[in-house]
Amino acid sequence: MPAPIRLRELIRTIRTARTQAEEREMIQKECAAIRSSFREEDNTYRCRNVAKLLYMHMLGYPAHFGQLECLKLIASQKFTDKRIGYLGAMLLLDERQDVHLLMTNCIKNDLNHSTQYVQGLALCTLGCMGSSEMCRDLAGEVEKLLKTSNSYLRKKAALCAVHVIRKVPELMEMFLPATKNLLSEKNHGVLHTSVVLLTEMCERSPDMLAHFRKLVPQLVRILKNLIMSGYSPEHDVSGISDPFLQVRILRLLRILGKSDDDSSEAMNDILAQVATNTETSKNVGNAILYETVLTIMDIKSESGLRVLAINILGRFLLNNDKNIRYVALTSLLKTVQTDHNAVQRHRSTIVDCLKDLDVSIKRRAMELSFALVNGNNIRGMMKELLYFLDSCDPEFKADCASGVFLAAEKYAPSKRWHIDTIMRVLTTAGSYVRDDSVPNLIQLITNSVEMHAYTVQRLYKALLDDISQQPLVQVASWCIGEYGDLLVSGQCEEEEPIQVTEDEVLDVLEGLLVSNLSTPVTRGYALTAIMKLSTRFSSVNRIKKVVSIYGSSIDVELQQRAVEYNALFKKYDHMRPALLERMPIMEKTATNGPTEIVQTNGETEPSVVESKHLPPVTQPSNQANDLLDLLGGNDVVPVIQTTMPTKPASAGGELLDLLGDLSLSGGPPPAPAPSVPTSQPPFLLDGLSSQPLFNDIAAAGIPPMTAYNKNGLKIDFTFERANPNPNIAVITIHASNSTEADMTDFVFQAAVPKTFQLQLLSPSSNVVPALNQGTVTQVIRVLNPQKQQLRMRIKLTYTLKGSAVQDLAEVNNFPPQSWQ
Amino acid sequence: MMRFLLLFSRQGKLRLQKWFTPIPEREKKKIIRDMTTMVLARQPRSCNFLHWKDLKIIYKRYASLYFCLAIENQENELLALEVIHRYVELLDKYFGNVCELDIIFNFEKAYFILDEFLLGGEIQETSKQIVNRCIESSDMLQEYYCEGETDFPGTWRKYHGGVYEQTCILTCGLKGIEITAGEEYRSRMYCI
Repeated sequence: MPAPIRLRELIRTIRTARTQAEEREMIQKECAAIRSSFREEDNTYRCRNVAKLLYMHMLGYPAHFGQLECLKLIASQKFTDKRIGYLGAMLLLDERQDVHLLMTNCIKNDLNHSTQYVQGLALCTLGCMGSSEMCRDLAGEVEKLLKTSNSYLRKKAALCAVHVIRKVPELMEMFLPATKNLLSEKNHGVLHTSVVLLTEMCERSPDMLAHFRKLVPQLVRILKNLIMSGYSPEHDVSGISDPFLQVRILRLLRILGKSDDDSSEAMNDILAQVATNTETSKNVGNAILYETVLTIMDIKSESGLRVLAINILGRFLLNNDKNIRYVALTSLLKTVQTDHNAVQRHRSTIVDCLKDLDVSIKRRAMELSFALVNGNNIRGMMKELLYFLDSCDPEFKADCASGVFLAAEKYAPSKRWHIDTIMRVLTTAGSYVRDDSVPNLIQLITNSVEMHAYTVQRLYKALLDDISQQPLVQVASWCIGEYGDLLVSGQCEEEEPIQVTEDEVLDVLEGLLVSNLSTPVTRGYALTAIMKLSTRFSSVNRIKKVVSIYGSSIDVELQQRAVEYNALFKKYDHMRPALLERMPIMEKTATNGPTEIVQTNGETEPSVVESKHLPPVTQPSNQANDLLDLLGGNDVVPVIQTTMPTKPASAGGELLDLLGDLSLSGGPPPAPAPSVPTSQPPFLLDGLSSQPLFNDIAAAGIPPMTAYNKNGLKIDFTFERANPNPNIAVITIHASNSTEADMTDFVFQAAVPKTFQLQLLSPSSNVVPALNQGTVTQVIRVLNPQKQQLRMRIKLTYTLKGSAVQDLAEVNNFPPQSWQ
Repeated sequence: MMRFLLLFSRQGKLRLQKWFTPIPEREKKKIIRDMTTMVLARQPRSCNFLHWKDLKIIYKRYASLYFCLAIENQENELLALEVIHRYVELLDKYFGNVCELDIIFNFEKAYFILDEFLLGGEIQETSKQIVNRCIESSDMLQEYYCEGETDFPGTWRKYHGGVYEQTCILTCGLKGIEITAGEEYRSRMYCI
């Protein structure tokens, strides 16, 4: 068999291949030759063949059949074989391979070899890729070599020990004795690797950390020698003596000084010295300064030193080198939490970095700018950030927009500014805004009651300009639907009111429906907005026409909506005004999303939707009409009651309205109902005593009360404060029945005076079990921004023993804490 | 610690790969693909640092080769640039004005030099001279066995013009050994 071709020959041949297929062919041929050579157990050329295999492996071809051959090479006596064998092992035999462990014995023998280069090879292989079992087996050998006087071996053994500790942390103790005089070495290689070993041990074990704290003076001395010593040709890099070692020592000092005053004090001087004396013209000097700054910030340094560190970072920011600017921004981001004021001083430089051309720098500058925004600089910063949003790359826009929203929410100096900022973001980066910001924005707009007219006007104008940005369009159509009447009536205090007719508004909304730019979600918004305008505008016929057209739309969602709205026009016209009323104030939860009460997850109000999903109301409609007759005007206090979807008798859209003619002295209610609850629990109105009726309600110490107690039906109110908003009182009603028969079809309704807003959640059931066997609970939320005395009218309907019972009552014995 | 070091050409061909943690073969291929795409897409004058997963990627271009080093988050990026530069200097000293072809045809040497400079993801020797001397001594040791010698340490060997030299294997400082070989010495390396 002719001698296998040499490695270089093979490389040369493969490089002449002009196509991938040609290369593959050559490789396959050679692989075949190598395989047969391996089969022949040829010792002479094994090394050559494995080397060729490694080359082919680097090109991406499989080489696993060479694994055993590597083992044989390692076991060989020839140094060349060992060299290639260990290289092959490192490339092909990582710990996931089955034959990995077979190396252990060879490595063990080679660790005790008389030739240091062979020992070096073994240490290198073990330290790079030894598995945990191998480390366990050979840790003893490594520890022995750690104590040798041969610095070539000692430095490798130290790094090998680091690897062993990483793989098998329990073995850390074993290396402790050998570390005793590691730092007294003169050889820099050993010093460096020793510092790495000590760092690893300190990071993993607090005990070791405490133990090694005593080395701080020695480390400081070594560092000092490095700085003060003259030119050393062996370790010099651009005029600095062994920067790698300096950085490593600084890092170890950082770990040792972290929460320890004494150590930190011992390092103060040397850190100041390094910070002031290091040459900054080259990258290497800046690397050391960077590490010094990180150390100063982490230990308990004195304030002068910290200021020095931040100033170094400030200088970095002005450096021409991009890498250094990047590093400065990253470090400032880390320190902005702790040294906020110091970083604020560099704000203008940071904001300038927003205009840098480099993408990584821009990103860091953006993050840092958001971290620096506070109540004082919000206006200026926002101007810069909005300018950045205009001109930045698309990859930044989403993050920048979210950041702007968050910052605006936290620090907005005025509502108008807030709305303006949001408008600006929506118009410039509208398509990059995150999906969940649409409901958040809607919530925000709803809550700024006095800005409704201004907002809807601005949104309308924005819509006229551009309908391509979906989040903007969605928010705008929602607002127009809600506040279209304000838009048309032209009342706006903040700005010049514009003249808009109802037809123009409907034109715009219909335009959205037909436009190709609108997504299905946006179309849904537009359709619902048009529908809502049917109660606010007078051109109902036009709206009816639009809605009926979409009853045959291809889009299922639109079709469903249109059909249901159509039904509203036809069969449930009496319910329409109630359903399409203004949305109540939405409460914000901690997670920045609306609560379950009103789920505006981009869709229409579910309270409206759910009611449409209900089967027809069985309660006589004239009853609803009677109540509505009490209306007599537009001042409706909305009570949208969410109901259980399966409740057939729910008055989903019924409105209880008891108006402003609810006089303070509690005059006789118009309905023929006996007045108010009689029994007054003894602990009422005391204000301070809180003897809760039910164990679970002890919150805020507001005493519960009985609101109604008649004919066997007793209704108790228990109170809580809603956490985020102290103006909202959460009342849970507990209805119990002491008669012998169940009360079925139980419906509880409530109304409050105009200055309040009220929301009813779904009741737990509509059957109140007899003989106090259970209670029906329902949650009411009352918003009381003006902190007036809480009063409520309630209406109860139920069926008892076959006959329907209805009762109206007034509740005004609320404890003062519930509304104060 | 450093996680991996990759060298690849401007066309994305891999010239050297050093992994300091065990990673499955398929994932290695994916990482190589990701790195080459990311680094080759960078603008010429942008900063040399990237973020990838939980690692920092430091890359630098030297002539037609990209050096790509991945370090953990707490490491010093500016120093990583120095590490790359030091490795290039070592290659340059060894090969004499190193170019990509040297690394292609002598990839195993590039690995050997790397293994004298880095170990287990950390720097093992900060002095250029010491690393160079170690490599050259190892090369000489290898040299002895190119001509079919099967004994090991302690043998004397005639070397280049009859100068008898004790094998350098027992001492670290190699001051006594003259590297007289020059090119001839290097060309005799190619016994594999």
